[in-house]
Amino acid sequence: MTMKPAHLARRQLFRRLALLAPALALPSVAQANPAPALKPIPSTGETIPVLGLGSWITFNVGDDAQARDGCTAVMRAFFAAGGRLIDSSPMYGSSQPVIGQGLAALGPAAGSVFAADKVWIGAGARGPAQIEASRRHWGVARFDLLQVHNLLAWEAHLPQLQTLKASGLLRYVGISTSEGRRHAELERIMRSQPLDFIQLSYNPLDREAEARLLPLAQERGIAVIANRPFRQGELLQALAGERLPPWAGTELGCSSWAALVLKFIVSHPAITCAIPATSQVNHLRQNMAAASGPMPDPAHRRRIAELIAAL
Amino acid sequence: MAEWWTVWSSYQLSDLLMFSPAAYARLFERYNVAVWPWQLPMLVAGIALMWSSRRARPAPWSWLVLAAAWAWVAWAFHWQRYAQINWAAGWFAAGFALQALLLVLAARRPAAPSSQAWPGLALLAWALFGHPLLTLVSGRSWRGIELFGVAADPTVLASLGLLLLQRPAAWWLWPIPLLWCAISGATLWTLKAPEALVLPAAALLSLALLLRFGLGTRHPASR
Repeated sequence: MTMKPAHLARRQLFRRLALLAPALALPSVAQANPAPALKPIPSTGETIPVLGLGSWITFNVGDDAQARDGCTAVMRAFFAAGGRLIDSSPMYGSSQPVIGQGLAALGPAAGSVFAADKVWIGAGARGPAQIEASRRHWGVARFDLLQVHNLLAWEAHLPQLQTLKASGLLRYVGISTSEGRRHAELERIMRSQPLDFIQLSYNPLDREAEARLLPLAQERGIAVIANRPFRQGELLQALAGERLPPWAGTELGCSSWAALVLKFIVSHPAITCAIPATSQVNHLRQNMAAASGPMPDPAHRRRIAELIAAL
Repeated sequence: MAEWWTVWSSYQLSDLLMFSPAAYARLFERYNVAVWPWQLPMLVAGIALMWSSRRARPAPWSWLVLAAAWAWVAWAFHWQRYAQINWAAGWFAAGFALQALLLVLAARRPAAPSSQAWPGLALLAWALFGHPLLTLVSGRSWRGIELFGVAADPTVLASLGLLLLQRPAAWWLWPIPLLWCAISGATLWTLKAPEALVLPAAALLSLALLLRFGLGTRHPASR
């Protein structure tokens, strides 16, 4: 048996260590992104991370391979940061097949996905076909959550979704709205229908839901998904030129306005999770950082709302 | 009140925006690459349209060229590509295909010279050269340029130019181009594109000129 010179053996060792570097780096990545805070879904007690991933606009990229790869990278970073819930809709153009491609590409890394989609069609009889088309786009065995999008034909869709749930083909039933649309009708539905989830717009500037819907959700044991946390990016654009107050960093661990806004949203006791959408990995990581660390107390929340409203 | 109205009336313009400005720009970039060199014959056809219209009376074949341009945009742009990111694009394709058929019918109509040629010719020139340059200076890469016979907006602008030259004017050729000006203007407005007002302004100007100079409904043969 011949021995290799010591310097060659060392060189080989360094090469092998270099090949292992990504794996060795994993613990440090995990340290940089601590596990996100979890909140329970009231109807079952199952917990989900307080931040999910929206797909409106950002994932509607058609068959653009380059942009689709970018979306997959966002999903990879989302799952690596401990994210689970991804939300979409047939209304969002190609977002569903883009999510499906990402899930297929990520394989086991995406195994923990909490698949949330919607039914959005005026004719109740066409709901099942649309849901099946959505499921095929995603490439999942079943959806975790299906919501009636923007209350469209909810009288026809909700019983169908409850039937799917009863037969084990769906785990949770919900209904969604956005931009403060039709809140009175949503309240009526929340009072009269068995719902696991509602979805509505909520952020430091859009707080209409605080008056009636969020307390009602707590009273009825309904999980709440907050959409449009950044008002389609306009809120962050407006805040971009403003200095983040020092207490946001020292007391809440926020290094960005995005994190402060998200912490405000998910710290409301009735909000189960927020679903910011992005097409950029660095923004995704910035968002997910808001899912951990100290959360605002009621005094902080008042301070954040007043601060942002005044800017 | 019907539920569809309750639902749709609750939407704002921005709620119906489904894609980002970047995705819209990439759509044109990839489209131009995919259909190359279709842009070249369309450029020649556009110049030929201007040449044939210089005496304020478009030749019958001009309407056939325009019909081909609308049909191409319906199929290659709206149906095959835009529909991937905008579920309404299937309807746009149907509208453009219908307009192509109407333009074929226009080729069979007798024509008289227009007394006011320059607005139509100016709009044609803008559609062929001005609008493509505007899309470039508004931030697109040269691959994302919008050209007559390839993209919808310059094709519609050129059509308005030719329609202004048409005497007697056929009112049934106007609704679809005018409607597209409103749709495209609204889309670009929600995308915060600098050129958002171009098509609505062209539509209003064309409509004003049409009303000012009249439809010229008298058949030339009856004079």
